[in-house]
Amino acid sequence: MTAATPIDLELEQLELELFVQALRRRHGHDFSEYAPASLIRRVRQLASDHRCASISELTARLLHEADFEMKVVRGLSVPVSEMFRDPVVFRALRDRVLPMLASYPQINIWQAGCAHGQEVYSLAILLEEAGLYERSHIFATDFSPDALERAKDGIYPARDAQLWSRNYLHAGGTRTLANYYSARYDFIKLHERLRRNITFANHNLVVDKVFCEAHLVMCRNVLIYFSNPLQNRTLALFRDSLVRGGYLCLGIRETLDFAPAAADFSAVDAKLRLYRRISQASPGHADETT
Amino acid sequence: MKRPELIAIGCSLGGLNALKVVLSALDARLPQAVLVCCHTAGSVEVLCRLLESHSTLPVTEAAERRPVAGGCVHVAPGGYHLLLENDRHFALSVDESVCFSRPSIDVMFGSVADVYQSNAIGVVLTGASRDGAEGLARIRSRGGLAVVQTPASAEAAAMPQAALDIAGADHCLSLEEIAPLLNRLCLR
Repeated sequence: MTAATPIDLELEQLELELFVQALRRRHGHDFSEYAPASLIRRVRQLASDHRCASISELTARLLHEADFEMKVVRGLSVPVSEMFRDPVVFRALRDRVLPMLASYPQINIWQAGCAHGQEVYSLAILLEEAGLYERSHIFATDFSPDALERAKDGIYPARDAQLWSRNYLHAGGTRTLANYYSARYDFIKLHERLRRNITFANHNLVVDKVFCEAHLVMCRNVLIYFSNPLQNRTLALFRDSLVRGGYLCLGIRETLDFAPAAADFSAVDAKLRLYRRISQASPGHADETT
Repeated sequence: MKRPELIAIGCSLGGLNALKVVLSALDARLPQAVLVCCHTAGSVEVLCRLLESHSTLPVTEAAERRPVAGGCVHVAPGGYHLLLENDRHFALSVDESVCFSRPSIDVMFGSVADVYQSNAIGVVLTGASRDGAEGLARIRSRGGLAVVQTPASAEAAAMPQAALDIAGADHCLSLEEIAPLLNRLCLR
């Protein structure tokens, strides 16, 4: 019946700053430019999951307890996705982007923030069905080693398969999703062969640089966790990773209004957040965003 | 209580009809922003259009990074949690569902409580869930005001009942009485 005791927000803010500093200085993970509203929610959740009465207690364990860092990183990384999430986006990739990419002898795709791999495998299936997979390579990156391991496994709860199959069909899939996985007990495992042209690698958008020349960058629902300056810097990183005319696919509710680097992209389909790197350099923006 | 700055409304099963009743009776001069989190499987675009045809205030989908606008109804997009930053801009998250819902009313209310503290009003309407109860408790714990639809007048009683059980309420009213109360509180 009674409402929870109000936390002292100012104190909590200070504790959060110290936590973020500890994570950066001791373990090299920089969350200082994450958007605060989601970050505080996750850190509170982490504290409660580990039965810490305060964020400071969490910080103490982060500094003194071996392996606690792994748990923290897991708790702070973007965990949730679906195969063929927002099917209309995958349909647009299939119908409008892949035919353009088909003109390249070798197609490089970077999926930044691959989490547990649902979208990487969705891409692999799209490429397979378009007959392009043999000359494609997907770089799937995430800053969480734990997420990368999960992504490599390609094992998911069977209860998700129904929604994902529907998504696949709405995305214009030409077979059935069941062609690509085997079901065992309560799990589905995606076929190993889908992984043949995927490289999973650790990459942190906050600190790491360009590492490939990509024809398509896919990064959905990752930038929503970033502050405006970090969003802009990451957008510039994508621009510098893309060939001229290369494609960028963001999450369907993302806003680029506050990112000057958006000027270096033109919309292929603004509603789907599908863009291309424009061919001409725009010096006015190139400087301030790099 | 000072004049509130924001009204946050949560609803689920039966929410569309309940929202029509509330939004059509709000005073068109309200300077406060109204946030709506409605569990809906359908598209929020359609929901916004439907609500706008009844609402006295303009209705839009809340967009990430954009400012919270007074005198306007902002609806949480489907598939994302809606949060607020301290500078009163929207943020979205795809973190896990809460009470089987994303958007979750608890998440939105919790963020509203952090940012608007005692200047927020939380409203829980009809729904067959317990989402919103914890969040409403957070709004109250920061000095904000809690308004709950009487379970008897709700199409689905579970959600307002859970809110009463967990958070309690400053006002427990039938659906028709809610907008007039909000007008009184917000236009003083």
